[in-house]
Amino acid sequence: MVELSSNFLFAAFILYLVGILFFGGAIKDKRHADKKNTPNKWAKIGLVVTIVGFLSQLTFFILRWIASGHAPVSNLFEFTTFFGMSLVGAFIVIYFMYKTPLLGLFTLPVAALIIAYGSMFPREVTPLIPALQSYWLHIHVTTTAIGQAILAISFAAGLIYLVRSVDQTKKTKSTLWLEVVLFGLISTLGFVFVSSFFAATDYSANFNYINKDGQPATEEYTIPALVGPHQFELTDKDRFEPLFETPAIISAKKLNTVIWSLAAGIVLYVLLRAILRKRVAAALQPWTKNINMDLVDEIGYRSVLIGFPVFTLGGLIFAMIWAQIAWTRFWGWDPKEVWALITWLFYAAFLHLRLSKGWHGEKSAWLAVIGFIIIMFNLVAVNLVIAGLHSYAGS
Amino acid sequence: MNEVKCECGHINPQGTILCESCGRVLEDKEKEKQLVDMRYEGSARRSQTYNKTIIDKIWNFFSSVKVGVWLIIILLVASSLGTIFPQEMYIPPVMPAWEYYEEQYGWLGKLYYDLGFHNLYSSWWYLLLIAALGISLVIASLDRVVPLYRSLKNQRVSRHESFLKRQRMFSTSDAVLTDEAVGKIKENLTKKRYKLREENGDILAEKNRFSRWGPYVNHLGLIIFLIGGMLRFVPGMYVDEILWLREGETKAIPGTEGRYYLENNQFIFEVYDKDKDEEVFQDAINKAGTVVKNYQTDATLYQRQGEIVPGEKPELEKIRDQAIQVNKPLKIDGFALYQVDYKLDEMSKMAFKLENKETGDQFGDVTVDLYDPEMKYDLGKGYKVEVMSYFPDFEFNEDGEPATKSRIPNNPAFIFKMFTPENTEGEVSFVAIRQNLEPLGENDYKMTFAGIETKNVTALTVRKDHTLWIIGLGGLIFMIGVIQGAYWNHRRVWLRRINNQVWTAAHTNKNWHGLKRELEDVFSDSGIAAPEDQVAEEKKE
Ligand code: HEM
Repeated sequence: MVELSSNFLFAAFILYLVGILFFGGAIKDKRHADKKNTPNKWAKIGLVVTIVGFLSQLTFFILRWIASGHAPVSNLFEFTTFFGMSLVGAFIVIYFMYKTPLLGLFTLPVAALIIAYGSMFPREVTPLIPALQSYWLHIHVTTTAIGQAILAISFAAGLIYLVRSVDQTKKTKSTLWLEVVLFGLISTLGFVFVSSFFAATDYSANFNYINKDGQPATEEYTIPALVGPHQFELTDKDRFEPLFETPAIISAKKLNTVIWSLAAGIVLYVLLRAILRKRVAAALQPWTKNINMDLVDEIGYRSVLIGFPVFTLGGLIFAMIWAQIAWTRFWGWDPKEVWALITWLFYAAFLHLRLSKGWHGEKSAWLAVIGFIIIMFNLVAVNLVIAGLHSYAGS
Repeated sequence: MNEVKCECGHINPQGTILCESCGRVLEDKEKEKQLVDMRYEGSARRSQTYNKTIIDKIWNFFSSVKVGVWLIIILLVASSLGTIFPQEMYIPPVMPAWEYYEEQYGWLGKLYYDLGFHNLYSSWWYLLLIAALGISLVIASLDRVVPLYRSLKNQRVSRHESFLKRQRMFSTSDAVLTDEAVGKIKENLTKKRYKLREENGDILAEKNRFSRWGPYVNHLGLIIFLIGGMLRFVPGMYVDEILWLREGETKAIPGTEGRYYLENNQFIFEVYDKDKDEEVFQDAINKAGTVVKNYQTDATLYQRQGEIVPGEKPELEKIRDQAIQVNKPLKIDGFALYQVDYKLDEMSKMAFKLENKETGDQFGDVTVDLYDPEMKYDLGKGYKVEVMSYFPDFEFNEDGEPATKSRIPNNPAFIFKMFTPENTEGEVSFVAIRQNLEPLGENDYKMTFAGIETKNVTALTVRKDHTLWIIGLGGLIFMIGVIQGAYWNHRRVWLRRINNQVWTAAHTNKNWHGLKRELEDVFSDSGIAAPEDQVAEEKKE
């Protein structure tokens, strides 16, 4: 059943990619460009494909739930793919409100990327440790993911707004930062490529090293080690010998993965630039030229407005209820909790700036981008780097 | 207080920008603007009106949203600093905190400790920030909600021309308003759940005014939440104790003043078994090695009967048996007992035999209860053993003398005196785990180790938190407030006949796109132009 469910996830992933093509076609199709408010045939097919993809992923989710006996949101793979699914779901809802295919062209790639990223982590069905055996946990995690996904729609809208509005004829801070954001997405793709490639070749290199408590330990790398752990000794033959060694308090394996991802990201980015002969954002710009800027701005704001209460409910209130039951106190200043608080404060600031200081348009779009970075930071860095109570032993 | 009388006759408080009743612009500065600022209906806010006394200044400072946003941002950045390294409560208590930070994280760790970031969230400046945020919330809300309420309550149907034409959504039509057209528009508005008011043939349609109170409701919720958090420091509101309980042991539950007792019947520790548990978990279990499945204390809860008499055994009445697990605390009378820690196989009893070293003959059993050892064991026929000293957690202290580190039997050691028919004065023997010393010279007899009994120990956190319901209430009010403000919008549509024209205007506090679409519907085929977005027009030009 677990294998069967995985097929549905894969199908969903492919469907999302197909959906991207259709939404792209919807925008390129000039014949309908001036007829406002009525999405063309391409867009309609794109939407259907996306919905089928969503249902397929929902099937994956349900089957895996049945197979494991608990809601599949209890390790990094499960949570991340669920987040991807919620993003698609949020897009579908927002699409029905605003009918903008361009939003699909930007949201679906992000969702696909998130799902691909999540799939790089161990995919076994994990049994639940006692602290996780609570339905409140599942309510908390799913609501939080849905809230974050709705908030992430504002990132897609913000990105569209920036691609459209940042002047690409000259070099400015805005063009630079926009490229940095796009580079971040490209590096995620780099991570997916690198991990998949070495997983396909079954690469494995084992090390003995001295951990931060001064004890001997072992570590298995599944991608070649550019940086080795503290006082490492490679125990496999014919494996890549690390170029550097890290101090004991840094997790060399994770650093190594980051370096590989960034390197692959740079290669991809340089390649793109060489092919496009202009900034990546500049190449995207023509796709956005028919969009109504006020509408995109409005979509960004609405999604924050809709997502904020959902996130508050899931990420703070349900989280507190669960923490009270499982950890005896509703709040413990654990890094994951603190970052949920930071996310919440950030979006509160966003709403205040927008309402009272009139931060619309570009400023608001940048804020939406930063908000998404905070969400991803909480999902990725806090889980993998700043390990606390919540960290799902992802590798 | 000085008041401002509008030409329409309505008396407004000092500082009013748009007349509460007819909307006429009262402030000269505002008259130059193309659109009126509708955020607080141009009402008279204290912070915008007075700036003389020190109280005014404080009020104005805290009522500013700019200040509020800065407080939020500073709090956000400050909070993130606390996650760079673990907080003190999460570090292992193996060494003093300063040593730990320096050893683990080098000079950065030392700096982190020296700056007090290891206890950031209870530092005075962090709490001060939260307090400032709370004050700002209260003042900013009061500054706005009262005048806003007044203005919305006093608003009249027929708004002044200067008000209408300075709305973001506005149009004029050179049409005669037929009864049919009016009827249609009114019907459409009603269908969209607008509430209609009419005066001299003018119309005001309004809906969802309650959503304007959303922010104030949510801020109220936050304040209640913060107050709840503060109450924790009031004595009696909050109990946080730990109860270690061995299997078979019954103890008073701390914090309950001896009213309740708990007995630990058994502590259960289970791990997932790849042969017995669901097959789907096999891969994960193989990879992880051991995965814990359950921590559980099978407990019996008792209530004490009668008064406490010092020195007398309490009379206990059983209330119920309950299994306490992680995520399933035991609750009684406002207290909750949570499974938080355990210790497996703690030594509870040690058995010895008195043995003649030469012949190997054994004389009787001595079983010592390690928690509460008896001091004398009579084995009959002139054989007797006395415990001279007992060290539950044995070590040699600085002076090289036997001592005990704690009262927990982690490493029990004894000095026995053995009385036998041969040695009626007694022989002294020091016995510890895998040690048998004869400090006062060669003995004829020895204490032979004959077995050990162990027990599991459970640790339960005892918690009473009378602040929870206040905090919960705050959370609930906050949620109601945000939903109220976020999922509904306050919309108004004005329709006025002026000379031979029909003027329409509309306002919403957010989601202009939705309003526009709604208006297109409402005015479609009525012959009257729907209000149009003057901001968007401007941009296009
Ligand atoms: C963590 C703290 C806070 C949270 C979560 C919060 C939340 C909110 C929310 C959700 C709104 C509605 C925004 C919208 O509808 O777009 C709002 C509005 C508002 N907040 Fe806060 N707030 C916080 C702190 C503050 C502070 C410190 C101030 C003090 C200046 C403040 C003043 C206001 C004002 C004046 C409004 C707007 C009311 C209006 O224009 O109708 N808030 N707040």
